[in-house]
Amino acid sequence: MPDYSWPAMEKRKVMGTRVARVDGGQKASGRAKYASDWHRKDLLFAALLSSPHAHARLVSMDLSGAKNMKGVAAVRAIAKPGDEIQWQGAEIAAVAAETEEIARDAVRQIKVEWEVLPHVVSEKDLAAAGTRVKAAGEQVTGDPDQAFKDADATVEGFYGIPVITHCCLEPHGQVVEWPGESINYWPSTQNVSGLATDLGTALKFPPDKIKVHQDHVGGGFGSKFAADRWGVDCANLSKEAGGKPVHYFLERNVELMIAGNRPSAFAKIKVAAKKDGTITAWQSESWSTGGIGGGGSPPLPYVFENIPNQRKKHSAVSINTGGVRAWRAPNHPQASFLTCSALEDLAAKLNMDPTDLFLKNVDLTARAETYKVQIAKAKELIEWQKHWHPRSQLTAGPVKRGLGMSIMTWGGGGHTSECRTSIFPDGSVVVDIGTQDLGTGTRTILNMVVAETLGLPLSAIKVNIGDNALPKSGPSGGSTTVGGVTSSSRKASVNALAKLFDVAAPALGTTADQLEAVDQHIQVKGNPAKNLTWQAACSKLGVNRISETGFNDQRKPEGLNSSGVGGIQMADVSVDTETGKVRMNRFVAVQDVGLVVNPKLAESQVHGACIMGICAALFEERVMDKQTGHVLNPDMEFYKLAGIGDIGEIIAHMDIRPENDKRGVIGLGEPPAVGVVAAIANATANAIGVRVPEVPLTPRRVLEALGGRNA
Amino acid sequence: MQRFAYANPATLKEASGLLGNSWDDAQILAGGTDLLSLMKEGLTAPKLLVNIKNIKELTAIAPEKGGLRIGAAVTLDELAENALVRRQFPALVQAALGITSPQIRNMGTMGGDLCQRPRCWYFRQGHGLLAMRDGKSLIPAGENQYHAILGNSGPAYFVSASSFGPALVALDASMRVVSPSGTRDVPAAQFFVTPKDEASRETVLQPNEILTAIHIPAAAAHSATYEIRQREAIDWPLAAASVVLKSGAPVIVLGHVAPIPWPAPEAGKFLAGKPLNEETATEAAKLALQGAAPLSQNGYKVQLARVSVKRALLAAAKGA
Repeated sequence: MPDYSWPAMEKRKVMGTRVARVDGGQKASGRAKYASDWHRKDLLFAALLSSPHAHARLVSMDLSGAKNMKGVAAVRAIAKPGDEIQWQGAEIAAVAAETEEIARDAVRQIKVEWEVLPHVVSEKDLAAAGTRVKAAGEQVTGDPDQAFKDADATVEGFYGIPVITHCCLEPHGQVVEWPGESINYWPSTQNVSGLATDLGTALKFPPDKIKVHQDHVGGGFGSKFAADRWGVDCANLSKEAGGKPVHYFLERNVELMIAGNRPSAFAKIKVAAKKDGTITAWQSESWSTGGIGGGGSPPLPYVFENIPNQRKKHSAVSINTGGVRAWRAPNHPQASFLTCSALEDLAAKLNMDPTDLFLKNVDLTARAETYKVQIAKAKELIEWQKHWHPRSQLTAGPVKRGLGMSIMTWGGGGHTSECRTSIFPDGSVVVDIGTQDLGTGTRTILNMVVAETLGLPLSAIKVNIGDNALPKSGPSGGSTTVGGVTSSSRKASVNALAKLFDVAAPALGTTADQLEAVDQHIQVKGNPAKNLTWQAACSKLGVNRISETGFNDQRKPEGLNSSGVGGIQMADVSVDTETGKVRMNRFVAVQDVGLVVNPKLAESQVHGACIMGICAALFEERVMDKQTGHVLNPDMEFYKLAGIGDIGEIIAHMDIRPENDKRGVIGLGEPPAVGVVAAIANATANAIGVRVPEVPLTPRRVLEALGGRNA
Repeated sequence: MQRFAYANPATLKEASGLLGNSWDDAQILAGGTDLLSLMKEGLTAPKLLVNIKNIKELTAIAPEKGGLRIGAAVTLDELAENALVRRQFPALVQAALGITSPQIRNMGTMGGDLCQRPRCWYFRQGHGLLAMRDGKSLIPAGENQYHAILGNSGPAYFVSASSFGPALVALDASMRVVSPSGTRDVPAAQFFVTPKDEASRETVLQPNEILTAIHIPAAAAHSATYEIRQREAIDWPLAAASVVLKSGAPVIVLGHVAPIPWPAPEAGKFLAGKPLNEETATEAAKLALQGAAPLSQNGYKVQLARVSVKRALLAAAKGA
C-alpha cells in the first residue's frame, strides 16, 4: 500500500507556510462570482410573500391579482387554506416576474385572509411560557445534596444568552433553471455534492439530472446545508415559467426571521467547592429555545464534565419564531458561557485567580495536559500577571479594566471525501473535488496539499471545486472539511504520482519505488543528480493522462486527520462604568488544531471566529415584541454587528507542537468560535466587580448590573 | 418599492413648483440614505422624487453676519471638513463625526439629518409612527429600551433621530423654509414638533415646503456635542447632549431622549456664574434630567443622558 502519511514537519515545503488565499484577489476586487451573480438570459426574479403573523391559520388566499399582472411569469402558493403558520416570515406564496420590482408589486396583489392565533415569542420567563415548556428528565450523578452540604463555598447565579441569527452577508437563495430534462442549480450552499439529492427528493426528480455549481459562498455558519423550501419553490417557479432561470434570494428581514438562528440558553447554576478551589458539585436548571421545535441542550457542565456530583435539568421552550439551524459549534458557545461564568463567579467568591481555579480542576476535563500548556501561553500573551486583579480590587477611575478566560473543546475529524488528481502529458495538474470553500480557504489548502505531494509550485496546479459533476465530498459542517479534503487529495495525488513514477522509472534506469518528486523534478532517492524534470517525466505519458482518485473514509482516517481539540481564550476589556460601554482591548485565542496546513489561514479563521464571538458578546440579539409576535430588529441597523473599530486587537496563537502535529489535520471552523462570549463576559465581571448576568453586554445591562451605582 | 417619477431641477423655484400638497404626491430627495430605505420598506410611497442636489444655492456654506449659512444639501462630510464650521462650531463637527459611516457622511446631507424619520423599530417595522394598536401605543408595554425618557407622555414615544438638532437648538439657529407661497424662517427650537396623531410629522415642514438653509448666528463662545453610542461602527446614539457656552448661562440641549431635541434650561441657569468643573457639571446634569420619566426598559438612558450633559459641558469648557 502506498505511503500516504504526511511528510515530517521539518521536511514540508508548502504545507505549514503562510500562503495567502489563492482566490483573495478575486474576492477583494469583486470578480468572484456568487450565486446571485448568475445573470442568465431571460432571468426572472422571484419575490416572496411571507407571513405577517407569528401564529395564524391561513383561511383563504387569492393569487389572481398577482397572476394577472403584466410581466409575471409564475405564481405559486406555498401555504394552503387550513395551514397553521408558526412564525412571522414563514413562506406563504412566491412570484417570479421579469423584474424584481414587478415581482414585489405582484406579491402585494396577493390577498390572504388570516385567522390570527395566540402566540408565544419569549422564553426567558420560564414560568410565563406555560405549556410551551418541555422538561427533560433530571440527571443526577453522585450525591449532589451531600456535596453541597459539605462544601466550603457555594456560588449561585443566573446567566442568559439570547437567540442570535446567522446573519450571513450573502442571504440564502439560488438561481434555478428547469427547462425539462435537467435542472441547473446555482445555490449558496455548504453542501455542493449533497444538494442535488436533497432537491431531487423534494421534487421527485432524478438527482443525477440536477447540475449544481457554486464558486463562492458568502457565509453559511451551519445554516446552508439543505435545498430548503426556497430552493424547491425556485425550481417550481422556473418550471412553471417554461424553464426560464429564476433568481430567488431572501430579503434581509426574512433572512433574519427564517433562515436560521442559534438557540438561546438560560440557566440557574449552583457550584460547590473546597477552600482550595476543588470543585465538588454542580447543579443547573437550564432552558432554551430554537423556535417552534424547542431548542438545543447545552452540554453542562462544559469541559469540566467529570465534576463528581451533579444534578441537571434542562427544558426546551417552543416559541413562535423561525427554526434553529446549526451555528458554529452547536450548543458549545452557550455551554461555555454558562459554565465559565459560573466558575469565574466561584473563583471570585473564593478570592482566587480564575486561571488557578481552572488549573486546580483541570483533571476534571478530558484534556488536562493541553489546557495546562494553553493556559500558560494565553496568560503570557494577554499579560495576565500584569493586568489581572481580584474582582474586589478594581482599577482606578470611571473606566475599569478587566481580564477573563474561557475554555473550549470540539471534535472535528474528516468527512467522507473523494478527490481526483490528473497529470497531463504537458505537465499540467488538475485536481477535481466536489467540495466548497466557505471562505475558509479550502481551495488554497487543496492547492497546497497537492503541491507538497507532487513537489510542484502552487501555480502548477489547477483546483476545481464547487460542482456536483466532480468526485463527491462531504458537506462543510462540524469542522470536518479540511480533514476530509486534505486526506482525499493527498491520497489521490500520491496515487497519481505513483503512476508517473511507473512511467519515469525506465528512463532513469530504476524502479518506481526508488523515485521521489522534489522541486519540479522526478529524481532517484539518494541520488538527486539522476533526475527528469517534471515536464520531461510527464511528456513520457505520450497521449495519455494519469487520473487517480483518493478517498477519505471518515471512520478510517489512517493518521491523516483526527478529532478532538482544546482551546483557551482570554479577553481584556475596558468598561466605562458611567456609560456601561464595554470596549475590547485585546483578545487572545490559543487553539490546538493538530497539523496546521497554513498558519495564515488558520489564524484568519480564528480572527473571524473571534469577531463573530465579539459580536455575540457585545451586540447581537434577536429582539421579539411580545404583543405582536414580530421580530423588531430584522435589519442590520438594530441587529447590531461589530465594526472594525469595535474589535480591538486579536492575537491568534495556533498551538503548533510536534505532539499536536502528529495527530494529523483537524478542522478549525468551529473551535475558536466557542469561548469568546464567555471570556468577554468574565472580563467584564472582573473589570466592574459584578456579574452582568445576560449577554450581549449592552450599556443597559451593564448599568443595570452596576445597580444605578452612578445614578 | 412603488414606482415613482424622478425630477432633477436646477433651481429652487422649479423644485418648489414640483411639490404637492401631500407626502404621497412628491418628496424631496437629497442624500437618500433614509428616504430610499423608507420607500423600500413600503413606509412611504411618493409618486415623484425631486432631487435637490443640483440646486447650487443649497450646497454652499457661507459666512453670514458673523455666523454661517449652511445649505440644506451640504453633505455631512463637507460640513465636518469645512474650515469655518470647524473654527466656529465644534458642536456641529462633533455631531457630524458621530455618524461613523463614511458612506453616510459622503451621501447624507444636513437637511436630511434634520428631516429623517424616527428610528423607532415599531415605526420601521410597519406599526406606524405612533405604533398604535387598538387605540393605544405598543411602546409602553413593549420593547422600549431605545425610546424616550422625556416628553414621553404619549402618544409619541420615539426619539428624534437628528444628530444636529440639539446643537442647532443650542446655537439658536433658524431654518429657512421655502414654498410656492413664500419664505419663512423657523427657529430651530420650533422646527421640531411632537406629533399628536398618526398623520402628523416630526417637523413643521409641510409637503410643499423645502428646507433650504440653516442660519447660525455668530457663535458667542464655545460649544460641544457628546454622544453615547454603543458601537464605534455606525450606530444611533443612546443619548447625546449639545452645549453652547455663553457669557451668561450655558445652553444645554439633549438629544435622542425625547421626540424633539430637549432643552434643559434649569441646568443652564444653575451653571450661570459658576465655574465649570466635574462637580458643577455633574450637578447640572442631574438637574437636566430631573423631569425624566423612563419607560419600563429605558431607565439606563437617564444615566446616559446625564453623562452626555456632563461630558459635553466639560468638553466645551476644555475648548474654551
